[in-house]
Amino acid sequence: MRLVFLFKGVWAVLAALVVGAFLVVLAGADPLAAYGALFSGAFFDYYGLASTLVRMSPLLLAGLAVIVPLRAGLFNIGGEGQIYIGALAGTVAALYLPEALPAALRLPLIVLSGALGGALWALIPALLKAYRGINEIITSLLLSYVAIYLVGAVIHVWLMEPGAPYPYSREVPYDVLLPVFLPRTEAHAGILIALTCAVVLGIVLRRTTLGQSITVVGHNPAAASYAGINVKRLILTSFAIGGAMAGLAGTFEVIGLKYRLFDHFSPGYGLQGIIVAFLASLSPLLAIVAAFFLAGLQAGAGAMQRAVGVDTTMVEALQGLIVLFVAVGLAFRYRPGRTAGKPPAGAPAAAVPETAAKSAEG
Amino acid sequence: MSGRADRPAPRLALEGITKRFGGFTANDAVDLSVEEGSVHAILGENGAGKSTLMNIIYGLYQPDGGRIRVRGETVRINTPRQALALGIGMVHQHFKQVPTMTVTENVILGLPGARLDLAGHGARIRALAETLGFEIDPHEQLWHLPVGAQQRVEILKLLYREADLLIFDEPTSVLTPSEVGPFFELLRKLKQSGRTVVLITHKLDEVMGMADRVSVMRHGRKVADVETCETDQRALARLMVGRDIVVDISAGEGHVGETVLELRDLQVIGARGVTAVDGLSLAVRAGEIVGLAGVDGNGQRELAEAIAGLCPVRGGSIAIRGTSLDGVSPDRRRRRFRLGYVPEDRQRTGLDLDSSIAFNMALRSYRHPPFSRLGWMRFGAIAAHAERLARRYDVRMRSLSQRVRDLSGGNQQKIILAREIDADPDVLVVSQPTKGLDVGAIEFVQKTLLAARERGCAILYISTELEDLLQVADRVAVVFRGRIVGEMPRGAAQAERLGLMMAGHAGTVQGEAA
Repeated sequence: MRLVFLFKGVWAVLAALVVGAFLVVLAGADPLAAYGALFSGAFFDYYGLASTLVRMSPLLLAGLAVIVPLRAGLFNIGGEGQIYIGALAGTVAALYLPEALPAALRLPLIVLSGALGGALWALIPALLKAYRGINEIITSLLLSYVAIYLVGAVIHVWLMEPGAPYPYSREVPYDVLLPVFLPRTEAHAGILIALTCAVVLGIVLRRTTLGQSITVVGHNPAAASYAGINVKRLILTSFAIGGAMAGLAGTFEVIGLKYRLFDHFSPGYGLQGIIVAFLASLSPLLAIVAAFFLAGLQAGAGAMQRAVGVDTTMVEALQGLIVLFVAVGLAFRYRPGRTAGKPPAGAPAAAVPETAAKSAEG
Repeated sequence: MSGRADRPAPRLALEGITKRFGGFTANDAVDLSVEEGSVHAILGENGAGKSTLMNIIYGLYQPDGGRIRVRGETVRINTPRQALALGIGMVHQHFKQVPTMTVTENVILGLPGARLDLAGHGARIRALAETLGFEIDPHEQLWHLPVGAQQRVEILKLLYREADLLIFDEPTSVLTPSEVGPFFELLRKLKQSGRTVVLITHKLDEVMGMADRVSVMRHGRKVADVETCETDQRALARLMVGRDIVVDISAGEGHVGETVLELRDLQVIGARGVTAVDGLSLAVRAGEIVGLAGVDGNGQRELAEAIAGLCPVRGGSIAIRGTSLDGVSPDRRRRRFRLGYVPEDRQRTGLDLDSSIAFNMALRSYRHPPFSRLGWMRFGAIAAHAERLARRYDVRMRSLSQRVRDLSGGNQQKIILAREIDADPDVLVVSQPTKGLDVGAIEFVQKTLLAARERGCAILYISTELEDLLQVADRVAVVFRGRIVGEMPRGAAQAERLGLMMAGHAGTVQGEAA
């Protein structure tokens, strides 16, 4: 089943690229040259690759913020707000933790408080969902706007750099900035943490009882209660994990990339996380590939513009087309009869093989 | 109105309607004739094929054989819209309404026409309601209205589209007792105004009180057509549940021990906020199967869920071996009190249809050893366990990693039974275990339960299928409106008496079992 969806994601991307090629032609350029410049700029160039990785980090974490709750059947559309609150919590910790403490202690505390901030913000829609049955799609989405303006207000009132021309915070201390792992680039250690999170969550979802419980709740909440799962608590847990991921995304933008908390700093990573999640068919591991690819599109856009003169907004059109084709792919329902015919290799043998096929079809 | 001969053609006639779902025949060559201006009841137990038949008339299903005539003319009905064009409307058990819209908006929803004259429609709807002898505020939002009024809106919806043959699917099952009287009054008005009513029900008193004619269905067949003035409830009960119920002697007498499960004055609130279980007391002893008979919707589901811990208890107590289960989580009930539960709705509650067979065999225990350790799943242990159960309970499948969704109903039920019984429960609550199963699967279920009884398990067997229940139960209690109205040992249990008790006639039998 996972494989089917993986193919859908690949098809969606290919279809988007084909349609995108026509757009490039309309813009008066050679599509092959445009794509060549785009992808070589994004993936086959040292600085380009670094820039792709820098964008991948928030996209991947925002994708994970959608994937974990969605595995439990819940839509976390509020990744953007959780990114902002996480960034705020991380920044406050970075600015106000006493500098007497060693950086080796403060840095993990900053990262943790960023995750905690995102998690707490995500718990608001989760609590409303679990205890009041209020639709989490709407609450999480609307809370994003609350978060964005709340962060703006806090920057204005407390954190703003004196004399700054527009709202941004004071610079965080140098000793708690994330180290860069590719020399002479901006590729910070947050990228590696994001990758680790994806791998860990992949394992958690597949191999632990928590992951199984999330899956059962996602499939069927009634069966989950019957199985003895505390469904309310699981809703909170899955949202908290998702919010923590988004919170990390925000924090890394501050302590890994910009060194300050800027008003309106996120170009919509939270919503792009939804694209990542669906392109990856809700698999944390595939989300790495999906986020890497989308980040590459964004990072290579400039190279494409310089090489063939197609505007960078072309990449936004491509992203839109990918969303469209992913949605088209979702409209084609998975049909049990098709793939269920072949049991996976190595599966235990059927108890009664001869009659099995018959009764299963009946 | 079509041409009238000496005898007018029936308003609706079915000839040899057959409908199969896979290997299951839901309707088997059913003939039916509904006269113009009559109230015609279709009586039968759950699963007798009543609803399927009505869905065929309403264009929701296509029959595999037979034909439908409307006023003598053969018709094909492919959609509810076509049914409506023929003047046939259906009031479903679960209303098709938008709660946040007003009465008028609900009534006119889907009507053709570009101009929206809400005031005009509202006035006409009010007038229509008045011709039927009730008042309704066309501008009230639906969720403000009691269920009885919502039902009247459904009726108005159909009449507004000029339907003159109204099919009601178990119309009183959603009503409170005080709403039933006015509903019958309304049916009478409908009949007086020349409309035809088809009433699907399994309640005998409704048939006798309302219908001119009744067709009795059993196991997908129409077994009788009688005028209500020529029959009585007793005869109908007999027709509905089958002539003589053959008690399976092989069940034998169990070794009954001490009381294990005890319910005292239990009160449970159902989903609609109605008191579903209302002062119910019952005891089940070790090595005994107590059958709980009753028509669907008399609190059985809520009772079972309350015992399992899935539905909060309002009053009274549930105890296992004298210890109250108050505040005990479903998981602890299962593990510490050794309570097994086979839920009524196996696809929605009992199984995770999109997970594998192997996982479903451990659905209620995977969070504990040996299926997991310190939060890590042990898929090897789950597979080994599942393989053993699949062999023992003869689950027919292609592989253990197959999704449960793709299995037949009988095999799905086997998985649940295997899982619950393999946990070696002291108490087993089994809800509707044979519903929708074929004869072979039913036999398997029954034998499995009898074997559990032999091991000393106390079993509460809740079922609306009287025949199946009488085959295995040592005692039969009848539930009506959330309380026990009678109880008798199997030897004394007769289908007729039980049928009457299920219809709410409590006075006939007093509790005979000590």
